Amino acid sequence: MTNPLPRLPKFEYIRLDTIESTLAFLKTHARNARPFLGGTDTFVGLRDRRFKVDYLVDLKHLEGFDVLTFDADQGLTIGAAVSLNQVIASSDVQRVYPVLDQAARYVGGYQLRNRATLVGNLCNASPCGDTIGPSILYGGEAHILGQEGKRVVPLVDFFLGPGKTVLSEAEIVQSIHFPIPPAQNQGVYVCIGRTQLADLAIAGVTVLAYPDDGCPSGFCFQIALSAVAPTVILVEEAQALLSAGPIALSTLEDAAQIASAQCQPIDDIRASKNYRREMVYRLTLRALLEVWDALQ
Amino acid sequence: MEMSMQIINFKINDQKTTLEVPGHMTLLHMIREELALTGTKNGCEAGECGACTVLVDGEPVNSCLVLAVECDGAEIFTVEGLTENGELEQLQRTFMTLNAIQCGFCTPGMLISAYALLKRNPHPSELEIREALVGNLCRCTGYERIIQAVQHAVKE
Repeated sequence: MTNPLPRLPKFEYIRLDTIESTLAFLKTHARNARPFLGGTDTFVGLRDRRFKVDYLVDLKHLEGFDVLTFDADQGLTIGAAVSLNQVIASSDVQRVYPVLDQAARYVGGYQLRNRATLVGNLCNASPCGDTIGPSILYGGEAHILGQEGKRVVPLVDFFLGPGKTVLSEAEIVQSIHFPIPPAQNQGVYVCIGRTQLADLAIAGVTVLAYPDDGCPSGFCFQIALSAVAPTVILVEEAQALLSAGPIALSTLEDAAQIASAQCQPIDDIRASKNYRREMVYRLTLRALLEVWDALQ
Repeated sequence: MEMSMQIINFKINDQKTTLEVPGHMTLLHMIREELALTGTKNGCEAGECGACTVLVDGEPVNSCLVLAVECDGAEIFTVEGLTENGELEQLQRTFMTLNAIQCGFCTPGMLISAYALLKRNPHPSELEIREALVGNLCRCTGYERIIQAVQHAVKE
């Protein structure tokens, strides 16, 4: 019988003093080293032998990785080592980026969120990562460090597939930066899981909208779907519909219908493809109704 | 590959301790197997069940998802630390008097999560108690008595 609880495989724990030496180590050992933050996904993956490493490289203590700063002009910066509970506890996040706060509360239980980080949730690139939709819609940008220097990638371009991002083997995310969201914006994250909290999402919908004179309807809407495609997806056709003309209940229903038609769900242990598609319709409509109500 | 050992210093239930541990040892294995504090349970080793919950520097964590080497300089608190001079802590007493225990496997994790909740929020609502314990699974009690036990501990 296979052991249902195999231990962590052997590896060396690496904790270097500087960002430079950490990047150099990751470059030298690109094939058998892996950076980690809270470890809540990394340790489970290692234990289940989904990947193998000789070196696990801790990033949490590195300079600047623990920042959580807000500036009324510049926006919000969340360092890679900041735990989800710290994100939730931030009054700036609650006040200015409430949808991010809402989504972060769905990740695991309290004790897990003391270790889990926003940057880890994003870099893990799970199609059902709760914080991904809100982070994209708030215009988040990943500040990436590599030996060749620093680059900034908008989160909308960051995800390539399940577990895949634009990060190369020797690159790490130092922080996520969010600009100040548009004035009078309203947003919501709704999701369904097998339990009310803590379980992975079967389907999730983020909606963020704000008054915009440039749109014929007077409002700009953004809709992101989680857990129903290889990455979190934006429903551009539904967004365009809601910008194009006067908004009535039937417009919201049509937008939800488009979202349901455009998602690409799979059957898995948590739900069937058809159930997910139906839930995308219901959740999108629920989110749009709530946001539309708040906008008026 | 030859694994190197690292020496770490920490406090566990207020006792200064020094140990030599390999990099891949979890805090859970260190607590149970090196320190023989078997109150902390190994349920799933995946951060799902909460049976291994302990406090590190005052905050609850799944000890199966923390490396022992990460705890150099930390203060660790396990269920054994709740009892002082043979005297049970308030939560332990209400868990017993309200029969919030059946098989008992989840109880140490429940106690630590509830203890941490009451430290940061001495008067939680029922919803706040349920939210704080969402990462602790119990397959016996149906949770109601556990919630009631925490509520009673708040009152007393």
